[in-house]
Amino acid sequence: MGSLFAKTMAKPAAGLGAAKPTSAGIAVRQLTINTTDGGVPIVRGISFTVAPGSILGLVGESGSGKTTAGLALLGYARSGLKIAGGSVSIGGVSMLDLPERELVAMRGREITYVPQDPATALHPGLRLRTQMAECLRQPSGAREQALHGMLQDVGLPDPARILASYPHELSGGQQQRIAIAMAFAAKPQAIVMDEPTTALDVTTQTRVLQLVRALAQQHRTAVVYVSHDLAVIASLADQVAVMYSGEIVESGTAAQVIGRRLHPYTHALLRAVPDPDRALWLEGLPGQAPDPAQRPPGCVFAPRCGLAEPACTTQSPDPVLAEPDHMVRCFRAGSLHIAAPRLLPAVPRPAQPVSPLLRLTAVQAWHGRKVLHDIALDIAPGRATAIVGESGSGKTTLVRCIAGLHSAWTGEIALAGQPLATKAKARPLEQLRRIQYVFQNPYASLNPRQTIGQSLLVAARHLRRGERISRNETLAVLASVGLPAAVIDALPGQLSGGQRQRAAIARGLICQPELLICDEVTSALDVSIQATVIELLTRLQAERGLTILFVAHNIGLVRSLAQDIVVMQAGQLVESGETQTVLSAPIAAETIRLMRSAPRFGAAAQDEFHDGAALDASGMEAKPLRG
Amino acid sequence: MMTVRTWLRRTDWPTVFAAVLVILVMAIVILGPFLAPQSPTDSVDDVFALPAPGELLGSDVLGRDVLSRVLSGGWRFLTMAGAATILGVGFGSLIGILAALIGGILDEIIMRLADVVLAFPQLILALLFVSFAGSSLSLVVLVIAIVHVPQVARTLRAASLRVVGEDYVRYSESIGLPRRRIVWLDILPNVRTTLFVELGLRLTFSIALIASLSYLSFGAQPPSADWGLMIHENQIGIESNPWPVIAPVVLIALLSIGINVLSDRLSRRRGKRGRLQTAAHLAPVPAKLGETA
Repeated sequence: MGSLFAKTMAKPAAGLGAAKPTSAGIAVRQLTINTTDGGVPIVRGISFTVAPGSILGLVGESGSGKTTAGLALLGYARSGLKIAGGSVSIGGVSMLDLPERELVAMRGREITYVPQDPATALHPGLRLRTQMAECLRQPSGAREQALHGMLQDVGLPDPARILASYPHELSGGQQQRIAIAMAFAAKPQAIVMDEPTTALDVTTQTRVLQLVRALAQQHRTAVVYVSHDLAVIASLADQVAVMYSGEIVESGTAAQVIGRRLHPYTHALLRAVPDPDRALWLEGLPGQAPDPAQRPPGCVFAPRCGLAEPACTTQSPDPVLAEPDHMVRCFRAGSLHIAAPRLLPAVPRPAQPVSPLLRLTAVQAWHGRKVLHDIALDIAPGRATAIVGESGSGKTTLVRCIAGLHSAWTGEIALAGQPLATKAKARPLEQLRRIQYVFQNPYASLNPRQTIGQSLLVAARHLRRGERISRNETLAVLASVGLPAAVIDALPGQLSGGQRQRAAIARGLICQPELLICDEVTSALDVSIQATVIELLTRLQAERGLTILFVAHNIGLVRSLAQDIVVMQAGQLVESGETQTVLSAPIAAETIRLMRSAPRFGAAAQDEFHDGAALDASGMEAKPLRG
Repeated sequence: MMTVRTWLRRTDWPTVFAAVLVILVMAIVILGPFLAPQSPTDSVDDVFALPAPGELLGSDVLGRDVLSRVLSGGWRFLTMAGAATILGVGFGSLIGILAALIGGILDEIIMRLADVVLAFPQLILALLFVSFAGSSLSLVVLVIAIVHVPQVARTLRAASLRVVGEDYVRYSESIGLPRRRIVWLDILPNVRTTLFVELGLRLTFSIALIASLSYLSFGAQPPSADWGLMIHENQIGIESNPWPVIAPVVLIALLSIGINVLSDRLSRRRGKRGRLQTAAHLAPVPAKLGETA
C-alpha cells in the first residue's frame, strides 16, 4: 500500500505550473487547526517563515501542538482535526488552497516528511532499493547511480548491500538515515522532521543531526524540525519557535531564544536540560499543558508560571518584538534574569569503606551470542550508580540479570552478601522485595486494566506477605512521588507519560526496596518531565537512603543524578568510578566518545551569562507583531 | 445534554439491530415452553396440515403442532450450544494462554497437536467422535467443545503472546508473582475482548454444529422437540407444509446473525477506545504521511 502511494506522489504534479513560485522556502501565516468535534483550537494562529537552507526548530512539550502544526505544512490534519484557517506557502505555492489531488502531488515532491519512528516510515516488505527508487525523479537508467548517491549523502557505506536489504535488517540509526535520504532525494523545497532522533541513542543522534544540517545547506532546503529537546534544537536550528498550548510564545534566532531567552516557559525548558560538562541541578516544570478545551483565560502559561501576576490570569498577552526578529508573548518578559545555574552538591564517598549492597563477580550473559564478558562490580549502598553505554553495550542485560529477568547468565551476583538465584522465580520473597525494577517505557509497564492503586497493591501484598497495606499507605506512597490522591483510582490510560512513570516508581517504593533499578526511565519522556523524574529520584535517594542503579545513554543526565558511574562498551566494563572524576577526566576511549557526542548548547550557550542577556523594562516598549 | 439528533447519530444501529434479534430469539427460547398452546409431542391434526387458526404454523410429519414444537424445541438446543461453547472456549483459552506464557517446547507440542486436529473439517471431526462414542446429548456437547479447543487455543495464544511481551508482565515476573496470578491479573483482563469475540463466534459455530448433528440424527432423538431434528424429520413434507422446516431455520439464522454482528461490533469498539487513550505524541504516525518521504 505504501509503495503505491509513494508512486502516485513521485509523479510530476499535474497543473502545478499555473501556480508560479513567488517566494522560496516555507511561509506560514495565522495557521489555525481545530478539532472537528466542537471546534476546539489545537493550533492557534501561528506564523513563521523558513528560508531555503535554514532550519527552524519547533520546540514544546507533549500536547503543545507542535506535531499537529508540522503536519499541517503538508496540508494534512489527522482524523478528528481540520485546518480551520491561515495559509501555508511552500515554495510560493499556497498549500491550503490546492485541491486534494494537487496537494497529494505536492507531498513527496515539494514537501516531505520524516516521522519520529523510522520503522513506520519504511515499508517492511520491500527491499530498500525498491522503496527508495520510488522517491526519485530520475529516469530508470540513472536510478542505480542516484541511489548510491543518496546513501553516500547520508554516510551509509556498502550501498549494494543496503539496497538489497529489508528495513528490519538495519539498525534504527541506519533506518532513520534512509528515511532522511528519501526525504531529501526528491530535492523538495521543504522538509518537516518530527523528532527523528528521539528513538536513537546519543552518538547516533549527533551523527543524524550533523547530517540534517549538512543536507539542508547543500540542497537549499527549508527544514522544520519538531522536538521537545532544546539541546537538540540548539545544536541544529538557525531559528527557534517555542510552542505552548497551540501558540508560539517565543521565537527568534537560536542565539536570541536560547541565549537571550525572555519567556518564563523558555527559561523553564532550559533549566530542565542536563549538561554533560557540569553536574547541573535540573529543575523540572511541574504540571501539564492545559487541556485545549479548558484553556485558562489570560496567558495560557500562567497556571504553571512562577512570575504570574493578576493581569496574567485575565488578559492574554499580545506578541511583542523585544529586538528585531525576537518575538515574545509575555507581560513579564525579561523580568527573569539568567542566573548562573545551580550545581548539585557533591556527595562525598564515605571515609571508611562500606560493604557493597550488590557485588557482581565474573558475570557473563548470553543472548544467543555472548553479550556480557566477565563483569565485576560493587554497588555502594545509598548511592546512585549510573550504567552508561551505547545501545547494544549490554547495560540493560546487566540490570536484567540483577533483577532475575534474564536467565542465561553465569557468575555471581550477591545482594548484601547473599548470592542471588539466576531467575527471579527462584529467589525468596525477601530478596525480591529488596530489588525493584522500573522499566523504560511507562506506556507498557503498567497493566492497562488495573487502576494505579490495584497495581501497587498487587506488588505490595505479594512482597510484604502478612502485612496489611492500608489505602492511606498507598496514598502516602503516591504523594511521595508527587501524584495526586485521585490517581489511586485512575487507569494508566488516563495518565500522562510522566505521571505513569511516577506511578511505576511508586509501585517499586511501596514494596520498601533497598535497590531501585531504573532502566532508561526517562527516555520516553519530554525533557521537562525528565527533569522532574530526576528530581524525584534524587529526593528519594536522600530521604529513604535508597540505592539507585540508573541505566542511561545520556551522559549529561547521568551527571545530574549519579554519584558513581560505570561505562560499558560491547559487553565490557571500560571505566568506572565517581561520576565527577570520571567525566571531568575521562580515560577510556568510549567515555570520551560519549562525552563528545552528548548534545550541548554550543555557540548559543556562550551568550548565557552575558549581562545584556536580561532585558530591562525600556527594551520592552516594542511594537506588536500584528494588530 | 444529548439532543435527539446527536443520539440518533451516535447510536450504533447495527448493534441495536443485532441486540434486538438476539433478544427476540432468546425470548422465544426461554419463554416458548410456557407459551406453547399445545403439547409439543401429541398428534393433534393430520400430517403436514397447512397453517390454520389454532395451528398458526400447521402440523408436522406426525401431525404435531409446529408452533408448539418450535416454541418448546429451542431451550435444549441452545443450552447444548451454550454449554459446548463455554467448555470449548474455556479449555481452549486456558491452553492458548499457557502456551503463550510458558512458551518453549510445551508451546510447540500444543500447537502442533492443534494443527493435526485443525486439519480435519469440524463437522467430520464431530461425526467421527460421535460415531465412536455414541450420541448421548452430553457426549455431543463434549464433542463439540473438543472440536472448538484447537481453534480457540490458537486465537488466544496469539492475543496472549502480545500481552506476555509487555513490561507489566515482565514486572510481575520480576517480583516472582505465581504464574496463575499472572494469568488471572495480567493476561486475562487484557485478552478480554478477544475472549468475548471468540465466545460469540464459537456460539454460532456450536449452533450450526448441533443443528447439523441433529439433522444427521446424532443429536436429540425423536420424539423430543428440537430445532435441528425438526428440519431433518420434516424435510420430506416441505412441499405440503414448509413451516416445520422454515421456522427453525429462520430462528437459527437470525440468532447466528445477531451474535455475529454483536461480537464483530465489540471487537471494533475496542480499537476506537484504544486510540483515544494514546497520548498525542505517541500516537502512531498516519501511514499516509509516513510514506511521503
